[in-house]
Amino acid sequence: MSDEGKTYGMMASFKTTGAVMQAAEKVRDEGFKHWDVISPFPIHGMDGAMGITRSKVPIFTLIGGATGFFGGNLMIWYMNAYDYAIPVGGKPMFSPMYAFPVSYELTILLAAFGAIIGMLLMNRLPMHYHPAMKHDAVDRASNDRFFIVIESSDPRFDEKTTTALLERIGGSDVTKIED
Amino acid sequence: MISLDDTKSVNESLIKEAKPATLPRRKLVENDRSFDWITEKVCGIVEEKTPTWWWVCFFISGFVSLFTVAGTIYLISTGVGVWGLNNPVNWGWAIVNFVFWIGIGHAGTLISAILCLLKQNWRTSINRAAEAMTIFAVVCAGIFPLIHVGRVWFAWWLFPIPNANVIWPQFRSPLLWDVFAVSTYGTVSLLFWYVGMIPDLATLRDRAKTRLKQLFYGFFAMGWRGSNRHWSNYEMAYLLLAGLATPLVLSVHTIVSFDFAVSLIPGWHTTIFPPYFVAGAIFSGFGMVLTLMLPLRSIYGLHDLITQYHIDCMCKITLATGSMVGYAYAIEFFIAWYGANDFESFAFINRAFGPYAWAYWIMITCNVISPQLFWFRKVRENPAFVWIVCIFVNIGMWFERFVIVVTSLSRDFLPTSWGYYSPTLTDIMTYVGTFGIFTFLFLLFLRFLPLMAMAEIKAVTPQANPHHNSEGGSH
Repeated sequence: MSDEGKTYGMMASFKTTGAVMQAAEKVRDEGFKHWDVISPFPIHGMDGAMGITRSKVPIFTLIGGATGFFGGNLMIWYMNAYDYAIPVGGKPMFSPMYAFPVSYELTILLAAFGAIIGMLLMNRLPMHYHPAMKHDAVDRASNDRFFIVIESSDPRFDEKTTTALLERIGGSDVTKIED
Repeated sequence: MISLDDTKSVNESLIKEAKPATLPRRKLVENDRSFDWITEKVCGIVEEKTPTWWWVCFFISGFVSLFTVAGTIYLISTGVGVWGLNNPVNWGWAIVNFVFWIGIGHAGTLISAILCLLKQNWRTSINRAAEAMTIFAVVCAGIFPLIHVGRVWFAWWLFPIPNANVIWPQFRSPLLWDVFAVSTYGTVSLLFWYVGMIPDLATLRDRAKTRLKQLFYGFFAMGWRGSNRHWSNYEMAYLLLAGLATPLVLSVHTIVSFDFAVSLIPGWHTTIFPPYFVAGAIFSGFGMVLTLMLPLRSIYGLHDLITQYHIDCMCKITLATGSMVGYAYAIEFFIAWYGANDFESFAFINRAFGPYAWAYWIMITCNVISPQLFWFRKVRENPAFVWIVCIFVNIGMWFERFVIVVTSLSRDFLPTSWGYYSPTLTDIMTYVGTFGIFTFLFLLFLRFLPLMAMAEIKAVTPQANPHHNSEGGSH
């Protein structure tokens, strides 16, 4: 590993969803942490097969939504009751009733932004370069092929044994990927 | 096709374990198409040489959209007098068209969000186009409230920015709620559409031959590479967006209906408006989805992706929402009588038998009677017939908004201030032009972006199930 500082990892391709799923379970059971499955669509149950924990995106959504709701109420109170009070028909200057529709829409708006920003942050997107895109057949990852890539940064990574592992679990075109 | 799990011990199980027959699920992709076939089919639409019909439609729609441009310039430079508005009808075609277009959009969000939450997998092949339809419909809708304010250069007063006298907008007004509802709806729909498209843009990027296309798709795909660690967050975000878009879509038409329901005009001031408007919106939207998808299906040969099952499902939703709308029309009449309010009763009798009776009966024919044809399988299986019924639905839903807006205003409380409203040529041409804008944008979408959610369609095929193949292990 030390003498191959430029190696990003080893990458193997799989033909079917079932094959990559079983292979992923084996890689997980070997104890690897820095590795990934690349697939043209989300595979049902793959998170479990890879041992990925639940996504943290909902936290961002909650923060966005709460900001929208309380921010909306605060904005309306400030504008219509505090900074320039507009008396209408002797009604209270501020009421959560009339502030609700706008606050509700702002809740959804900012929660949606939260979900998307959260997804982009957690995935570190946009990322227009990634070593895994160097594999010769990786274009098919957006079509009909599945890949497993084990990164050299994983403590268990060793070029020979990892190659052997990927071949044993059914991977073809096992390729070394340069960083 | 029908197979019972165990046929060995029929005699024993007959009484003890009498099970209902397991009906085979309808296939979402016909002819067991491969992943690669789906990619080729959908990308082929974008990658093929621009067809002649596309250019013809593109120029015609571009020309028609100039009507709206011209109508708007004439309106702004001259004043709202160029429209048919006058006392007592101060809300005319602009509001009718606004509600019509916003309603069209609702089916897109229903398909992408509500059907996603309900795990209706058939949505996958139509959701992309339906969401595109939503966005373009919101674009067309947004034009009208903006220009109908009269002095367009003051439209920014609607936003929470203090005006020249440091006065803020009045948040008690449903019209202001509308501004927030529609702009949130447009924004969230656009984000939802774009996020859903990222994996498919990556597919187009990987297949792009020219440098320009590589840059264009590469930029918008944001470096998506199909990593499962990404998919995990992506699916969560998509689910959350679906969960957010669901209350959003229900609220948007609710708030649009508040524009009417919160006023005191007979025929508008009713609590039935929010659910009735939402049902009508979904009804009209599905009419438009079918109007668009049926021709595309035959032009591009998408019969394996938009199957008869998809058409059946859409027809049934149209039937269900159409019946809800019919029920709402009936209950409005009942409540007008039961409520014992003279003005309310008059408003409804006037709708059906007054000077606008022609519009009312067009509405009833198109919205209540025509979708009832979808009860018959023979009708649902005839795409040309379905398409014609959907055109009726589109017409009927425009007339519904016309009836609501115009009949109530033209004859309200005082007979001395009654009037009859007719649109001017400017009204008509401005509206016709929006169909040009809508078609123009949709054609661009067709040519440059993936028409169908390839990744999602692949995910619902049998071979996407990890347990599908014999090598895939046990359940």
